[in-house]
Amino acid sequence: MNKIILSLLLGLLPIVSHAEQGLKLDHVRIDLSDQASLQRGARIFVNYCLSCHNAAYLRYNRMGHDLGISNQLVKQDLLFATNKIGDRMRAAMPAADAKKWFGVAPPDLTLEARYRGPDWIYTYMHSFYRDPKSFSGWNNTVFPHVAMPFVLYGWQGEQRAVFRNVKLVSHVMENGKAVTEVTEERVFSHFVLAKPGTMTPKQYDLAIRDLTNFMVYMGEPAKLERIRIGVYVLIFLAVFLVLAILLKKEYWKDVH
Amino acid sequence: MQKIIAWIDDRFPLTKVWNEHLAQYYAPKNFNFWYYFGSLALLVLVNQIVTGIFLTMNYKPDAALAFGSVQYIMYDVSWGWLIRYMHSVGASMFFIIIYLHMFRGLIYGSHKQPRELIWIFGTLIFVALMAEAFMGYLLPWGNMSYWGAQVIISLFTAIPVIGNGLAQWVRGDYVVSDATLNRFFAFHVIALPLVLVALVFVHLVALHKVGSNNPDGVEIKKKKDEKGIPLDGIPFHPYYTVKDIVGVTVFLMVFAAVIFFAPTLGGKFLEHDNFIPANILSTPLDIVPLWYFTPFYSMLRASTTDFTHGMLAIFTMLVAMLAFFTQRGFRAKFLSVAIAGVLLLGMYTLEAKLWGVILMGSSIVLIFFLPWLDRSPVKSIRYRGPLFKGAVIIFVLSFILLGYLGTKSPAAVDLFWFKNVLWAQGFTLLYLAFFVLMPWYTMIDKTKPVPERVTLK
Ligand code: HEC
Ligand code: HEM
Repeated sequence: MNKIILSLLLGLLPIVSHAEQGLKLDHVRIDLSDQASLQRGARIFVNYCLSCHNAAYLRYNRMGHDLGISNQLVKQDLLFATNKIGDRMRAAMPAADAKKWFGVAPPDLTLEARYRGPDWIYTYMHSFYRDPKSFSGWNNTVFPHVAMPFVLYGWQGEQRAVFRNVKLVSHVMENGKAVTEVTEERVFSHFVLAKPGTMTPKQYDLAIRDLTNFMVYMGEPAKLERIRIGVYVLIFLAVFLVLAILLKKEYWKDVH
Repeated sequence: MQKIIAWIDDRFPLTKVWNEHLAQYYAPKNFNFWYYFGSLALLVLVNQIVTGIFLTMNYKPDAALAFGSVQYIMYDVSWGWLIRYMHSVGASMFFIIIYLHMFRGLIYGSHKQPRELIWIFGTLIFVALMAEAFMGYLLPWGNMSYWGAQVIISLFTAIPVIGNGLAQWVRGDYVVSDATLNRFFAFHVIALPLVLVALVFVHLVALHKVGSNNPDGVEIKKKKDEKGIPLDGIPFHPYYTVKDIVGVTVFLMVFAAVIFFAPTLGGKFLEHDNFIPANILSTPLDIVPLWYFTPFYSMLRASTTDFTHGMLAIFTMLVAMLAFFTQRGFRAKFLSVAIAGVLLLGMYTLEAKLWGVILMGSSIVLIFFLPWLDRSPVKSIRYRGPLFKGAVIIFVLSFILLGYLGTKSPAAVDLFWFKNVLWAQGFTLLYLAFFVLMPWYTMIDKTKPVPERVTLK
């Protein structure tokens, strides 16, 4: 163990991962003040993701409050896994069962947007493709060999991935020497929509934008409040600064 | 009021302390920008302690609960997010302030006689602060917390013979685990804060014994009026209390701007990999410490066999030759050869990674010796010559670039021409050279005459 850690630290193992290199994430515009979008995102999340994933640091009533959904509506539309509105948002499926079925327990997603970033989630949800070699029948260019089945395939349809060969340059440390290696690799080129879903690509894109928006909210529910308070704090400090400077000037008049 | 104070004064030296340390404590009247950072360091120390107490009310030092309890603070505790951000951003601010505070000491010669002890206590504070930050970083039990601690503790294993046992003793386990988390918690919330507060206290006692230096490096106590008050001194209170309020307010604006608008500073103050719980099976792609440790981390990683057998060995020989030819007396000559011999022997026999640890350690130990490495007859950079000024510029650039390189993969090319590791090796030597060569360049440097009295711009 120690040897592995130490060699990791000293860079004896390859540092640049090949898979990570060719990848470019698509940018998604996040707008936390768009409550309608957050509400739509919440609905998607609760209906399609919460069956497997936890979002256990957030509570239903907090979400309802922040998103402007009344407790009544939360209870009616969003509460499946529990009947207490003050509960944490836990998956319907117990983690142990999920682990048995997928090989990996689906991770808690409350902080996913802070861990991976919104662009990653947004791209990930666009990047599932049919792969007969994989266990679930699905693969993902952003997360190769992902154990998650593509639950929104009815919406997006089925994508096929097209690959091409390229030369990759990577820098690795070998025996304490920095070495440059050139390898040929198969990298992702683009997707083809083999079987359309119930949504047009445009509609699907909007849905994923809403979902991502919601997940960003979920990663830090206090964010808007934080920024709002920050403005007042800074205004207060600015006024205080003027007074402090005047006070200092007054006292220091006689210092030459 | 008067009566109450008199009552207290009969039992406790309230007025005496007030006068000696504030109302009749005379500080030079020419303090500039750089002199704000001492009081700011005090402020941030208090901030860390107060926010730390509130965090501890909800934090659970248990490997199974720690991560969740931190999220509980972020999601459920009223104002919990604010408290946590004040603490995490405060830690980074602390280092910014301390680095600037130390830099001030360096350029104005505040480490020089008679302030050597202030400097030494200060450096001890710096070491304690690094330990405090390192241990605190494990507590949220995120994946980067975990692997960062794993990597740094495994450094002990580079020590021959006792290394493995030592690392295990520190962790209390074969890997970083619940036992490690519990002891780090104990150190972070009580042991080290006590040490820090005690050190800050003696730092200030020593300061008030000799009095502050100033940007001119003139001893104000040498010129006093008939009442024994320094001619260039002004009472700390009210002059510097009102001035420090201005500094504090400006600092609070910066602090608040980060806390409220960019609390993670794009992953610099809170790393993305710390938003998932510690996982022994999943190593982050790049294990990178927080920014304030990256200069030292760079030095650690710079040490390869090529480096110890090449650049470092040559550097050691050059310094030894310089010492040999400039030292008078057989003993000194013999010593310089002997020390270099032992070092060189070590470089060719011991593992490079051990030298990484030694270099990193030396980079901090050398700071303690600054008062004696600096042979210049003048204190302030204002009256020093081009050699010292140049050395300071090179030193600061090396430190900043080492910090930058510490966040990058050693084998990649992020500056130009050479791989990062080569740059880091060069800057490590420049960092060391700043201290090791200091006795020579400060001695031959041309200095300007120092004025009798302080100057006001
Ligand atoms: C059928 C169960 C299931 C459903 C429903 C499901 N997921 Fe997943 N998800 C998984 C599993 C299992 C993994 C773990 C994949 C792995 O580690 O290989 C996963 C992984 C993920 C990850 C990557 C986590 C990481 O490692 O960073 C994201 C993001 C994600 N899911 C988002 C979603 C979203 C958004 C939805 C709702 C549209 C959703 N999932 C619905 C099972 C599910
Ligand atoms: C918790 C951390 C620290 C606190 C609270 C602290 C506090 C202070 C205060 C209040 C002053 C007087 C005001 C000023 O000169 O700016 C001071 C002076 C000084 N400090 Fe620190 N300090 C800390 C860390 C350090 C460190 C790490 C060093 C250097 C290694 C250091 C070196 C000095 C020196 C040399 C002086 C005298 C400066 C002069 O007179 O020019 N301090 N400190």
